[in-house]
Amino acid sequence: MKRFVGPAGLTAILGTAVLMVIAFAGPGIWGEAATARSVPDRWTPAGAEFLFGTDDLGRDIFARVMVATRMSLLLTLGATAIGVTGGVIVGLTASILPKYPRRILIWLMDMLLAFPWLLLVLFFTVIWGATATGAMFAIGLAGIPNLTRLVYNLASSVSGQDYVRAARVVGVGPLGVLFRHILPNIANPLLVQVSASASVTLLSFAGLSFLGLGVQAPAYDWGRLINEGIGHIYTNPMAAIGPGVAIVFAGLVFTMIAEALADRPGQGLRGVAAAGRASLFPRGPGRKTRSDAAAVAPPVGGVDPGGDGTALAQVTDLSVSFPDGEGGFVERVRGVNLSVRPGEIVGIVGESGSGKSLTAMALAGLSDDRAIVKARTRRFDDIDLGTPLSRKEGKRLGTELGIVFQDPLTSLNPALRIGRQLTEVSRTHLGMSREEARQRAESGLDAVGIAEPRRRLKDYPHEFSGGMRQRAMIGMALTAGPRLIIADEPTTALDVTVQKQVLDVLHRAQRATDTAIVLISHDVALVSGFCDRVVVMKDGEVVENLDARRIREEARHPYTRGLIACLPDMRSDRTRPLPVIDDRSGPGEQDAGTPEVGAVSGAVRAGEESPL
Amino acid sequence: MTALALENLSIRYGTRPVVMDVSLSLAPGRTIGLVGESGSGKSSIANAVVGLAPISGGDILVDGVSAVGRGRRAREARRGVQLIFQDPYSALDPRMSVGDSIAEATLATGRKWTRAERHHRVRELLERVRVHPDRAGDLPGAFSGGQRQRITIARALAGEPQVLIADEVTSALDVSVQGTVLNLLRELQQDLGLSILFISHNLAVVRYMSDEIHVMCGGVIVESGPTEPLLDGPEDPYTRQLLSAVPVLGERMTFEEHVTP
Amino acid sequence: MGTAPRTHRPMAPVAAIARFNDRLSLRGSFAIRRSGRLVASLLIVVLASFFVVHLVPGDAVRAALGPTAPVGLVENTRADLGLDKPLPQQFTDYVGGLFRGDLGTSIQSRQDVAEVITSRFPTTLTLATLGFAVALVGALPLGMGAALIARSTKGGSANPVISGGLGVLIAIPDFLLSAILIAVFSVWLAVLPPAGWGDPGSLVLPVLGLSLGPMAYLARIVQVEMIKVLDSTYMTTAKAKRLPQRIVLFRHALPNIVTATLTVGGLLLSGLTAGTVIIETVFAVPGMGTTLISAVQTKDYPMIQGVVLVFALMVLGVNLLVDLILITVDPRTSISEG
Repeated sequence: MKRFVGPAGLTAILGTAVLMVIAFAGPGIWGEAATARSVPDRWTPAGAEFLFGTDDLGRDIFARVMVATRMSLLLTLGATAIGVTGGVIVGLTASILPKYPRRILIWLMDMLLAFPWLLLVLFFTVIWGATATGAMFAIGLAGIPNLTRLVYNLASSVSGQDYVRAARVVGVGPLGVLFRHILPNIANPLLVQVSASASVTLLSFAGLSFLGLGVQAPAYDWGRLINEGIGHIYTNPMAAIGPGVAIVFAGLVFTMIAEALADRPGQGLRGVAAAGRASLFPRGPGRKTRSDAAAVAPPVGGVDPGGDGTALAQVTDLSVSFPDGEGGFVERVRGVNLSVRPGEIVGIVGESGSGKSLTAMALAGLSDDRAIVKARTRRFDDIDLGTPLSRKEGKRLGTELGIVFQDPLTSLNPALRIGRQLTEVSRTHLGMSREEARQRAESGLDAVGIAEPRRRLKDYPHEFSGGMRQRAMIGMALTAGPRLIIADEPTTALDVTVQKQVLDVLHRAQRATDTAIVLISHDVALVSGFCDRVVVMKDGEVVENLDARRIREEARHPYTRGLIACLPDMRSDRTRPLPVIDDRSGPGEQDAGTPEVGAVSGAVRAGEESPL
Repeated sequence: MTALALENLSIRYGTRPVVMDVSLSLAPGRTIGLVGESGSGKSSIANAVVGLAPISGGDILVDGVSAVGRGRRAREARRGVQLIFQDPYSALDPRMSVGDSIAEATLATGRKWTRAERHHRVRELLERVRVHPDRAGDLPGAFSGGQRQRITIARALAGEPQVLIADEVTSALDVSVQGTVLNLLRELQQDLGLSILFISHNLAVVRYMSDEIHVMCGGVIVESGPTEPLLDGPEDPYTRQLLSAVPVLGERMTFEEHVTP
Repeated sequence: MGTAPRTHRPMAPVAAIARFNDRLSLRGSFAIRRSGRLVASLLIVVLASFFVVHLVPGDAVRAALGPTAPVGLVENTRADLGLDKPLPQQFTDYVGGLFRGDLGTSIQSRQDVAEVITSRFPTTLTLATLGFAVALVGALPLGMGAALIARSTKGGSANPVISGGLGVLIAIPDFLLSAILIAVFSVWLAVLPPAGWGDPGSLVLPVLGLSLGPMAYLARIVQVEMIKVLDSTYMTTAKAKRLPQRIVLFRHALPNIVTATLTVGGLLLSGLTAGTVIIETVFAVPGMGTTLISAVQTKDYPMIQGVVLVFALMVLGVNLLVDLILITVDPRTSISEG
């Protein structure tokens, strides 16, 4: 069964219980007090005897608020039901209609959505007249466009998923897809929205009754009570605020129900959390199977050849942790030593979650604000990155250290022209005039092979192609004459021929200015082909530090050897199966009898047998 | 005899042509590799063959029968082809047990299955892709990426296809599990005599998997032929460019030396 | 099989040209689609306001005049309103009247509807404009500040307080908020008048009552958007340039939240125009809202038709304005819509 977790769930259950009890028992308990007239008591201010005071017939307003609970909730639920039913039917219908009827329907709903809800409600109220049921229909109907859009959006986000396409391929029809795949996957977000919309409905009902267009005397709901109370706000403010408190309370309960439903962490979230913890305890008790293999490997971390003080940038004993959201911390990088000498090209290779980007960002002094970075030394040239930077140090880092990220579309600011982004470092840090900076930017773009740089400076990033954007990004890093460029998966989002062009640009820059480069990638072939030295990372640790040219021969660690052997390259023997790295996490991968078991030795063997 | 044949296939999205006049024929038990960069039209071909995208010209023949259109014969022909998706995380319904997902795919066989038969078949298929059959009741969230991809392969097999289309099946996986998936595909092909259309942007992977390679660029096939001869002596400039751009382990990349400013 | 003939890949230039054309036509087709939508919306608005009278179950004129009104009066009124003519002619008369600025005559007060609206419209417009301005001016710093606090190292503890505060402001309906404002500022502190419309002091409470809720809502949107921006890679790029904080915030972050803020702001603004109905009632402001409410209560259909039409036109105008601003402000609008 569904399990409410956390304070939101508890509040929701308690609040619902209170509302239910008052709605059921209210008229019985307070009914008499709510109708008993007493002329001498009329307009008594709020006090001990009458919590919210009395109205113009001397009736107890608090009792009336309690009695009105039933009516207010029933009308709200009725209107919500109308809106939700309509929205689900129209929205789901739209999601399986053919293209053109679907577009027309959605277009119509969008158009209705452009009008404020209240205006639609008033329109319908005119038609059905100012009565309680009229108002219920008006509010319910006016809610349909919004819920339709919602259901339709949810449904179409699901129907674009590969698993729906897979179901269509095996021959599941539109209705089958709807009931087997779409409905189960939108049910939860839909429930959340229904609760949220109930809270909105409640408020609009109150609003309508307040305007005198909803519930008519002698019946009353909360909104009507406010309406009656507000005229006497000087003598007894609680007459209006009392029922208001009831409305806000009920509204909050509905919101809490929504929160509680949304609160239940989905599979994905749980998965992410589990993955984070797994990396903190990478070795479960049952998974020590590799210790024998590790025994033949050199000490973890390898030798860091730049660690002798000649390095341009250096971290020693680096650890990076993040709060895990449950009060503890997850250590994602630990004990890492890394150094880059002037003009050197260092590659960091590893799989997703190996900590390679975190390490590089720590080296650049650009870690996430929430990350806890600890290191014995962490410096760029003579700048200590572990202490707050002085103005001058900031200036130097801004010019001497360039960064290139994986996705050039998100790493360039989409709202600023390329020119702006390429000139601001020169202008701010080097004190150049606008014209000087522009010329510098132009030659930067020219250096990375972008034609007509002068005209291109006026473009926005989205007007560039993917490869051009990445080259512009490199051009940007080059404008200030950096001594180190950190490139985090700079070609992963690009096609292989474009990748070559981008690497070419980096290579030339390095040649021309003797800039050092740190290149991060998951592609061991790429890293070995581009860099002088390759650092292999796994589960937040450096497992090996190798000469790129001799990687095949010198790799000792089983993980590195597996990495080298397990992917086909242009020389793999096509007649044999690929060797496989064992290890991969996930308790489920330990299926008995699979070929992965003991495959480490396979990986090692493949490494040894490789011709080169 | 061909398992799958494309005859002058053209596809357009709106007014934009994405595939133009592509022909190929896949013999039973063989693998054709389709290599090309993003936007070259590879995936559009995959979608068109299984009926997920409309075509604007040409024909698709599965075992000699046209698989184009909404007719009964075309639909039956299409069932002989199953598709394996790129991203194993979105290819399985997160709210449906993996066993149910596989069972659903037996629909494509066109036969009636009893509950017991279906149950048995699901276990058999899971075993075949080396996932423990007792885990059929688990949701996809409980599996790792590599396992999920093997489960989607089991689902594709449940339709008892003659042809498998593998569309970038390793791109979303970590390096260390890509090998398992490729090995599994090769093994299944040998055991079941499947024909495979293997689509990837990764030339090395395509080379490893395929008997024959077709190189796509801008919606057309620019060069095709048996794997070894084609890669040893590429004639089309684009193929050459592609080949020279693939990094080789431990070998310094060569760049044209420019006059630096 | 063998090798295919050496083709010269005609696609490459074709694709390039197609892409170029796509880009040229996108902005154009965006404008066309939007004006198409505007025309259709106008048509629906006019139709809806025309059909108000006809959709009322039973006899609208009888309902308006009450069960005791003599038959002769009902017949005369019906003739005055043109309701005895065939439907198509009624419609052409109605549309013709619109073009002449003739919205008919009130059943109840016999006043000219257009005249009444003209006299009430400026009040409502002032109220809505001021309300929107206050909401916008308040929401931007509030939301940005909240985001910065949430993303600062120690922000964890302050964040729920801010979100909670905004949440409560969003949850309180505007009429209740207005009642509280009156209770505090008019009754308790006695510094501002509780009702009326005239001197600047009398504007304060209605404008606040109208704008506080939307302000909180907008601030929430700004906060969410700002957090998204702060977490984005391009902000890391900006940080890597070690630019002064104010440049990072105002040059790099601010432009990226404008689109979302304006889109939601536009929706809020059109919501505000309708919100005036409630606020005017609470504070007894003589605007279109109070006119509409009394017209609905007295079933004065010609008046309802006129006021609903003007409100709907205001909403359409606001939406159009927001679209135009978005196109000029955000270089990507035309493309992301495609």
